[in-house]
Amino acid sequence: MSADMRTSRAKVRGLGSAKSGTEHFISQRISAIGLVFLTPFFIVPFVVALGQPWGEVISIYKSPMNAIIAALFLLAVFHHLKLGLQTVIEDYVHSPAWRTGSLLAVNLVATGLGFAAAFSVAMIAFSV
Amino acid sequence: MSKSEHGAAVDRGNRPLSPHLQVYRPQITSVLSIFHRVTGVGNSIGAVLIAWWFIAAATGREAFAIIDGLLTSWIGHLILIGFAFSLCYHLCNGIRHLLWDAGYGFELDEATMSGYIMLIAAGILAVCLILIGALS
Repeated sequence: MSADMRTSRAKVRGLGSAKSGTEHFISQRISAIGLVFLTPFFIVPFVVALGQPWGEVISIYKSPMNAIIAALFLLAVFHHLKLGLQTVIEDYVHSPAWRTGSLLAVNLVATGLGFAAAFSVAMIAFSV
Repeated sequence: MSKSEHGAAVDRGNRPLSPHLQVYRPQITSVLSIFHRVTGVGNSIGAVLIAWWFIAAATGREAFAIIDGLLTSWIGHLILIGFAFSLCYHLCNGIRHLLWDAGYGFELDEATMSGYIMLIAAGILAVCLILIGALS
């Protein structure tokens, strides 16, 4: 007889003892699929703009298509890298303080930079 | 000595614990997988540079000159070339991972073949990207 007092149904309900995890996996794949399509359309104008004078860069990102794709790309990329770095930290950083600290830092920096970069693209697109 | 499920001491001897990376002979599939992680972390650093570039461009001419100066220096060019290879690798291998997630290409010979195809595709894409950057 099993020493486990929980019924089979109780074990399979919800998301198991980890309580979460599948939404992390799924969100990583959804952002990956989005990035497969966004990356080519972002990277070509970006590589063309790299090294150009400031005024030229501004005029490239005044084009609505370039700006919309760049903003979407930046939001998706920072979401995707936040999830990826979180996995790497969870795999290799074991000391509770370092683990919590680095997870917190990655989460805040990735969210903040992603927003700031996308907002900057909007500022360029809407500037006169 | 560790305890078994019933509390009895079990001598686990000096057996190696799985999965210790250094006891495995490197194989194309495992090496490509490890590099997916390495390039992912590398691309994260690249993303920070891209964010910096956009934030600086929105801030103004002077702020933009700093990051532009960094990226157009020889060390900047080196970083950008490395980033181009890292990005194309992660993109192509990411598609390979998505195909696995969808249930395709799990046979060993298929996984090996798709690995080589991915490497060639990533190399070609990276060189194209670098050429677009150099010629524009």
